[in-house]
Amino acid sequence: MLYPDTVESEVLVHKPWFVVSIFAVVLALCLISNLTGTAMGELMRPVIGDPLQSGFYGRFAIALFIAVSFCLNVVLIGFAPLKVQIAVVWLETLLLFIAFSTTFNLSLPFIWEKLPFLITQGLVTTIYISAISIFFASLIAIVAAVAKLSNNGFAYAIASFYTSFFRGMPLLMQVYLIYLGLPQLGFLIDAVPAGVLALSLCVGAYMTEIFRSGILSIDRGQWEASRSMGFGFSLTMRKIILPQALPIIIPPMGNMFIAMLKDSSLVSAIGVWELTFLARTLGQSTFNHMEMLITAAVIYWLMSICLELIQSRIERHFARSKAR
Amino acid sequence: MIADKIIEAKDVSKWYGTFRVLTDINLTVGKGERIVICGPSGSGKSTLIRCFNRLEAHQEGEIIVNGIRLHNRMRNVAEVRKHVGMVFQQFNLFPHMTVLMNCMVGPMWIKGVPEAAARKTALRFLERVRIPEQANKYPVRLSGGQQQRVAIARSLCMEPAVMLFDEPTSSLDPEMVAEVLETMTSLARDGMTMVCVTHEMGFARAVADRVLFMDSGRIVEEGKPQDFFTNPRHERTKLFLSQILSH
Ligand SMILES: Nc1ncnc2c1ncn2[C@@H]1O[C@H](COP(=O)(O)OP(=O)(O)OP(=O)(O)O)[C@@H](O)[C@H]1O
Ligand SMILES: [Mg+2]
Repeated sequence: MLYPDTVESEVLVHKPWFVVSIFAVVLALCLISNLTGTAMGELMRPVIGDPLQSGFYGRFAIALFIAVSFCLNVVLIGFAPLKVQIAVVWLETLLLFIAFSTTFNLSLPFIWEKLPFLITQGLVTTIYISAISIFFASLIAIVAAVAKLSNNGFAYAIASFYTSFFRGMPLLMQVYLIYLGLPQLGFLIDAVPAGVLALSLCVGAYMTEIFRSGILSIDRGQWEASRSMGFGFSLTMRKIILPQALPIIIPPMGNMFIAMLKDSSLVSAIGVWELTFLARTLGQSTFNHMEMLITAAVIYWLMSICLELIQSRIERHFARSKAR
Repeated sequence: MIADKIIEAKDVSKWYGTFRVLTDINLTVGKGERIVICGPSGSGKSTLIRCFNRLEAHQEGEIIVNGIRLHNRMRNVAEVRKHVGMVFQQFNLFPHMTVLMNCMVGPMWIKGVPEAAARKTALRFLERVRIPEQANKYPVRLSGGQQQRVAIARSLCMEPAVMLFDEPTSSLDPEMVAEVLETMTSLARDGMTMVCVTHEMGFARAVADRVLFMDSGRIVEEGKPQDFFTNPRHERTKLFLSQILSH
């Protein structure tokens, strides 16, 4: 939360100028985009007659209807308590998304039919590739972060070359380089290990920077206190510095995890049967592309929501020692 | 006689780049001695006492602490630090541990003391600084004075041969200064060897065996408190004392 002042400010959505201006904006937008041909037009048939014949009158009536209901909605939500506001706005946005996807005339039976396979094969593969990659990426990151902070020239050079190289190249290239390049050197590598390796190295490079800045954000005094008690480097790092850096790096790490979950879709390029690969191939034969793509998108989204929830739990856990 | 010297500094000099922070420092601290170091800001007081547990490196001269010579290539610096407690101006408690854990980890991790014994020692010293009831709180919940007393207890748990204090009361409110000074005074009464950087002249008068005055990296004047405060020999000391005692 931002810093809340003790004086309640006026509710923005109840200020006449604000309501009038969003009203005008929504009205104008709806007028510009002719909605008579859409579901909205059908909805308004009792008022405007045949939507396609209604001309400017129909167009204006639809725009006015949308603008009025939008403003009414906004003003009413303004009266509700915070939690209700959040819930209502979430719900409405979600409904809009669902309304949007119904415009594709999705075939639900097809989705139901393919969903089990999409989950048991695609989702499971995505999750385990991501989980293994996150594990290795974290290991690489912590070592590289310490190396980058050390005054050992060799370690610094290797670590900074590594981060520069892997942050500087598209992940897709890395996937190809590893999958197609390693066999040239005599290492035969399967698609899944190649994908995991590419993801670990790439995400590890980003995480290195997160760890490094986390470690740097800890006050010098903590090092001094720890060293002055006789703790060695490794003990200080493990027991004093990292535990304090952890709460600081959790939000960017959560970000990283979510990004990586979705970046794992890039290994579909080398034929790993994960979520994106299946979403693209399952719908192909029957031209049900949209069904599979939207389903996969929702599955990715649900997984990300899980990660967000986990992140906020961890954040709450760490808030303990900070609370006054 | 040697065994009675806890800290011995001979012709110690230190540079930051080309800037000479310490110049030919000579100082011996005997067992049970209480030394107070004062001087204007930037005179090198912190730097000097931080050299005594090797948080800073000196470039010239010799520092021997508890019989061990400090130098660049030493491998047993932990052995020295184990016996030298340090209290900082900013407390530097470990914020992710409870007060009790703050006091237990030193003995447990460095000396291999079992947890139960470490807890007993920690509680004993928390009682010694009179805050046993805060043992299970996190440091942020404590007032500055309480935090500083925990920091003192944390150092005491290691049973150090000497305690170094770097302006332990400078960041505290006046009434908290009193409680911390009281703790330090009682430590001194129990015969703890102490080197304190402080501007609390009342404390210096009451407990110090010797008062050192530093300016521009040199020890300008050194003497028993009564001589030091009543008839300082150097102009610089007089000026400093008149400034600090005028209000
Ligand atoms: N890491 C550093 N690099 C360069 N110069 C430094 C560094 N640390 C301290 N100095 C300089 O060394 C001098 C002595 O610093 P020191 O902290 O020992 O002073 P002090 O007597 O403790 O002062 P104060 O009363 O303000 O704490 C100062 O002039 C300071 O600017
Ligand atoms: Mg200082």
